[in-house]
Amino acid sequence: MRIDATDLRILRHYQAEPALPTSELAERAGVTLTTCWRRLERLRAGGVIRGVQAVIDWRRLGWQVEVSLRFTLDKTNPRAFDDFIEAARAVPEVIEIQTFLGRVDVRLNVIARDMAHYQEVYRARILTLPHIADIEALMHVAVIKDEEVLPL
Amino acid sequence: MIRPHPLDRVILRGLQEDATQSARKLAAGRLNSAAIQRRIQKLEEAGAIRSRRVILDREALGFGVTVFLGVKLATKGRVSLDDFERAVAAIPEVQTVQHVLGVYDYRLRVVARDLSDFERVLRRRIMTLPGVGQVDANVLLSEERRPGPI
Repeated sequence: MRIDATDLRILRHYQAEPALPTSELAERAGVTLTTCWRRLERLRAGGVIRGVQAVIDWRRLGWQVEVSLRFTLDKTNPRAFDDFIEAARAVPEVIEIQTFLGRVDVRLNVIARDMAHYQEVYRARILTLPHIADIEALMHVAVIKDEEVLPL
Repeated sequence: MIRPHPLDRVILRGLQEDATQSARKLAAGRLNSAAIQRRIQKLEEAGAIRSRRVILDREALGFGVTVFLGVKLATKGRVSLDDFERAVAAIPEVQTVQHVLGVYDYRLRVVARDLSDFERVLRRRIMTLPGVGQVDANVLLSEERRPGPI
């Protein structure tokens, strides 16, 4: 799909403020309302815009602890990745699953109500995940920037 | 802290999937959409819904590589943390910056057009940051967001 400078301009403003009414978005991007509508529709139909998701602030809901767990898996087992990810999906406290090329194989973002709860989740549900060779934990202290906006 | 009502679970799950849907659609004919609308507003006011994120096809837009960096600072002290944070947050290719406790001090999510573009960002922007020490890179292969414990 061809994407031109106008599309990029619309996307830039759309990313910055997804809840903006289309009329306001059109104005900021310097295009007419019709053009803006048509472009957005085209970008959605072409799969460039996949959707808009709400980002939950788990701390506000009482999940005070967030830990990034980095796993090295036992890769002698060909099913290691599949088994591990399938089992991780069944843990409700896992909010993100990422796979990597590098020293780390898989990373899970795990949340818990407090440290005691984290300990419980870690022992009962994380350490029991299959094919773990090594785990390294990073405790989240603060979010300095969280935009996930593309530098278009 | 907010104690989520059972209706909040329906709302948060629904909006995590698609934040553009109306209260009526979330109600799906089974629930009272006016009550849902009121609860959405309450959740937003209480900050339970932090933001809305547009999901774009990164590759279609020319960003083929996402790399996570673990950064250790070489020199510590409050001033150097502030300097580092200010400088790193200003780099457009750096999407997220998390202050962490563990083997690294910071965790960064970086997007780039390709590996050579990433190398440019790493050398010119990251390695030149004030106080930066050891850097560990992992290239993202796949990513999945889960609804979480609601």
